[in-house]
Amino acid sequence: MAELTMIEAIRAALSRAMEEDPDIIIFGEDVGIDGGVFRATDGLFQRFGSSRVRDTPLSEALIAGMAVGAAAHGLRPVAEIQFTGFIYPALDQMANHASRLRNRTRGRLTCPMVLRAPYGGGIKAPEHHSESIEALLAHIPGLRVVIPSAPARAYGLLLAAIRDPDPVVFLEPKRLYRSTSEAVEDTGEALPLDKAFVLQEGTDLTIVTWGAMVKDVTEATLQLAESGISVELIDLATLKPIDRATIRASVEKTGRCVIVHEAPLTAGLGAEISADLAEHCLTSLLAPIKRVTGFDTVMPYLRLEAHYMPDTARIMDAARNVMEFS
Amino acid sequence: MPTRSAGFQISCSAFLDAAGKPIGDLPEFARNKDTLVALYSAMVKTRTFDSKAIALQRTGQLGTYASSLGQEAIGVGVASAMTDDDVFLPSFREHGAQLWRGVSLKELFLYWGGDERGNDFAKSRQDFPVCIPVASQFPQAAGVALAKVQKGDPGAAVVVAGDGATSKGDFYEAMNVVGAWNLPVVFVINNNQWAISVPREDQTAAKTLAQKAIACGIPGEQVDGNDVIAVQAIVARALTRARAGKGGMLIECLSYRLGDHTTADDASRYREDAEVSAHWQQEPLVRLRNHLVATHGWTKEDEQLLLRTCKEEVEVATDTYLATAPEPARAMFDTLFAKAPADIAAFAEEAENG
Ligand SMILES: Cc1ncc(C[n+]2csc(CCOP(=O)(O)OP(=O)(O)O)c2C)c(N)n1
Ligand SMILES: [Mg+2]
Repeated sequence: MAELTMIEAIRAALSRAMEEDPDIIIFGEDVGIDGGVFRATDGLFQRFGSSRVRDTPLSEALIAGMAVGAAAHGLRPVAEIQFTGFIYPALDQMANHASRLRNRTRGRLTCPMVLRAPYGGGIKAPEHHSESIEALLAHIPGLRVVIPSAPARAYGLLLAAIRDPDPVVFLEPKRLYRSTSEAVEDTGEALPLDKAFVLQEGTDLTIVTWGAMVKDVTEATLQLAESGISVELIDLATLKPIDRATIRASVEKTGRCVIVHEAPLTAGLGAEISADLAEHCLTSLLAPIKRVTGFDTVMPYLRLEAHYMPDTARIMDAARNVMEFS
Repeated sequence: MPTRSAGFQISCSAFLDAAGKPIGDLPEFARNKDTLVALYSAMVKTRTFDSKAIALQRTGQLGTYASSLGQEAIGVGVASAMTDDDVFLPSFREHGAQLWRGVSLKELFLYWGGDERGNDFAKSRQDFPVCIPVASQFPQAAGVALAKVQKGDPGAAVVVAGDGATSKGDFYEAMNVVGAWNLPVVFVINNNQWAISVPREDQTAAKTLAQKAIACGIPGEQVDGNDVIAVQAIVARALTRARAGKGGMLIECLSYRLGDHTTADDASRYREDAEVSAHWQQEPLVRLRNHLVATHGWTKEDEQLLLRTCKEEVEVATDTYLATAPEPARAMFDTLFAKAPADIAAFAEEAENG
């Protein structure tokens, strides 16, 4: 079984999907001969040809809108936005059309498309390259929003996103693209969407997180284990719809919850999860729910970036705080 | 001395003048009486639908409605040049085109009455529903054309929007890729001279809207948008090019919005009555009727019969529309996803039972 990085796993999933289904096409900026700025599509242009792997003009509204039109008429486009900082013009198409087409035509026209984009901080990128905007997208009814946190899950979730009959925004934590590798079996097997992954079972405290934060939370979990705190670690993976059942079941067991995300605090997805637990699991809670998140400020440029990102220390603090509540 | 790098010319075509007199030779199809009667009937039907829709809105029986008064030749001209292989992506003002494409009067009433089932067309199921976010249908037309090219499907995408829509990035982005990738898209602009209260000359300093195509490397032409023969002829020509793999084209149809922007608008706040009355002299129905009378023996009785038939058809559709009960509340979730996520069942239950 091959050891793949996340970027290699994404490429393997794209490649596998394109082999299986001739209606899958890839387009975006520099995805062709250059293989994408992060090399997600490296070699696909050479392998599948210039008609199935297309460099678009520099036009984000076009990329998304063209995907909508093509998806409604028999293709299954996997379109790439180079960085989430430039996704805003594409949101018009996602919010006004991709997410609504099936509904507003009562099922007559549909939109089986995937919009991929690298997101998040931690790679010392230019301004406008490091934001986490998953909550903006998750607020749009009719869209699925998926974020993988490890190579194997990236592979399985991307295949699921591509095969899904409805539009999926697939945000890739670019900090993890090459940071680690793991065994990924290129079997063509998809992972379920709409399902959170319990990465580690525990009894004292539930930590819910996603994307690159899974790495930091895992580290914190190991250290917490040394001081006798048993963490149940949940990788949300599909951010919309939220797998509420898995989170509720876990918190009913542990009685405590910390939510960790890189995106700013206010109106972030931590708020939704927290509210859901308050509504449904109040009597199980042994301590207030805590959120560890990015701050409500403009994503700092690279020199201050590390101060913005939630880190192991902040996660541990929150976890201890929750454990010590009485 | 700088050298000349590029230049362009924009032409404008027309076959009938405002009085209905031919300007030069008519195209072959326009010498056939039945063809002309069909075009004329479709325009009359569109106008009959239009006035009924306004009346229904005024009496609280329809939502906000965008009238196509004075622009019937654009919709009918465009759609009559298309085939079932083509895909239509309309703005919200091309009822005439939608009717010609096979969308029923009942479906139009349902849609404007606020019922999404009006978008679930029984015929021309490949066509898009009307597009409310101005100009956002342009990139989708490029996508439809891309799908056609990729799958080897015949036909082209035909997309219509207004003069205001040409100021949006979507318009340029879509025309640009259609030029760069040589995609089969026919862009049609219904230049009715107004974008709500903003007149055409405040929209852009460009002398024509058609010339905006030149920057994208595709041809752009103007046509008298009140001359249904000219509209059909030029769209047919653009479609022939597109189907032959020669790429896209932009057609600017010159017309005038004789009504308010929508039933929620009061155009007297921003334009003079005199301007509107002047444009009534140019409107599309009278000129084709004059031509039919002068050349093909169209009689008062023919006219009366047509008006009566259209009125009856519209009345029957109105009755069916008004007798159609709204969907149950849960319908707002039924087609949100192919496979509804777990949350949805609870929402649907709550919406239905309060
Ligand atoms: C993107 C967008 N901005 C604003 C509006 C509100 N609006 C609806 S129609 C309209 C004017 C459109 O003018 P034009 O493109 O000339 O089309 P017309 O209504 O004249 O047919 C405006 C501003 C909208 N629907 N979409
Ligand atoms: Mg206009």
